[in-house]
Amino acid sequence: MIEAVELTCERGERLLFSSLTFSAENGTLLRIAGPNGTGKTSLLRIMCGLLEPTAGEIRWKGGNIRRLREEYWKDLVYIGHLNGVKDDLTVRENLRVSVRVAGRKATESRLAQALDAVGLAGFEDSMARFLSQGQRRRVALARLYVSEGVPLWILDEPFTALDVRGVANLSELIARHIEGGGTVVLTTHQEVPVDAARRKRVDLGNPAVATVAEAEDAAC
Amino acid sequence: MLNVIAQVVRRDLLLAARQKADVLNTLFFFVVVVTIVPLGIGPEPNLLRSIAPGVVWVAALLAAILSLPRLFSNDFVDGTLEQMLLSAEPLPLIVLGKAAAHWLVTGLPLTLMSIVFGVAFDIGVQETAVMVASLLLGTPVLSLIGAVGAALTLGLRGGGVLTSLLVLPLFIPVLIFGAGAVGAAASGVGYAAYLLLLGAFLLFALVVTPWLVGIALRISME
Repeated sequence: MIEAVELTCERGERLLFSSLTFSAENGTLLRIAGPNGTGKTSLLRIMCGLLEPTAGEIRWKGGNIRRLREEYWKDLVYIGHLNGVKDDLTVRENLRVSVRVAGRKATESRLAQALDAVGLAGFEDSMARFLSQGQRRRVALARLYVSEGVPLWILDEPFTALDVRGVANLSELIARHIEGGGTVVLTTHQEVPVDAARRKRVDLGNPAVATVAEAEDAAC
Repeated sequence: MLNVIAQVVRRDLLLAARQKADVLNTLFFFVVVVTIVPLGIGPEPNLLRSIAPGVVWVAALLAAILSLPRLFSNDFVDGTLEQMLLSAEPLPLIVLGKAAAHWLVTGLPLTLMSIVFGVAFDIGVQETAVMVASLLLGTPVLSLIGAVGAALTLGLRGGGVLTSLLVLPLFIPVLIFGAGAVGAAASGVGYAAYLLLLGAFLLFALVVTPWLVGIALRISME
């Protein structure tokens, strides 16, 4: 279970949100909604532990992530705006390196399966610099297939640059992860086919008045 | 624990092998600086012999500074650094791997090349050996301390200049004892103390700088 307690975030002297409190049990899809510039990405980065909130804390299994550190990151996969794909490595090398450096183990056949699942079969030995935007995104998303056992996924606009097939595959993967008791936090405008009961939404309000809508714990 | 260091070293060496120009730039710079000095000050053999260790050391130091901005900036831009910060492995170990890879592609080749300069400046076999030993001990310190500067200035405009300003004062002791070791060997005084001090710097840097870099990277990513 992941909880946000009294989160406040200021960026460049602007208050993005304050006293934001919400939680998501295991097996929940938590969607962060709100117009551009309301701090969706900042909130995700705070939830990852990349950004320190101005006030408040994030708790994972009841412990502050600032203290859990590696213990928390072991349970987390984050895919941000940046794909984390190296131009000068092949697709296979990219996936292998990112999984290993993240401290996870994966056999070569597992890596091959993941690349196949994101539709990059046949591109394993291509240099990432020759890939399209959508294909680079797929290389990043392949990490999810390798990390199906990792409970918490935090995804920042995971559907960008994907084609229809890619979007369908990813929605299916997310739905499966939630069915299996995993937690997914994401920002997107895309519908993900998950039970209404397993869905939650946090609305970040209008930045102009620097106030924050109450976190909706009701299913939407 | 060693596994993650090895993974990072392998990754960075592979990347270096695919971006040869970056690596060669540093080495080329080192060679140019060392060879251009005699052209500027004239061909007097005794003078050149006495300044050779200093010239080689200063050039190695400048070459190290030149290569520092690239240490984290590429990983920062493409998002792989972000992923490293979220690794289940301790960040200082990843940093140690990156510094080791940096040394393998800059410090180590410079050190090997300095043998050629030892011959070219005619400083004698023993002095050349001491120079190589001092560079072997000193250049890893440059990579480690330099990583702190590079991490602190990550993502800043004009970060390269700022990095030099930050790390140069910290490089100076290494320079003094490195060039001093060769000078001592040339004048027949004991040089062991210099090398031992360099060794001490290296051990200290190995223990302390990865943590500092880790902290600096987390601050820079905010």
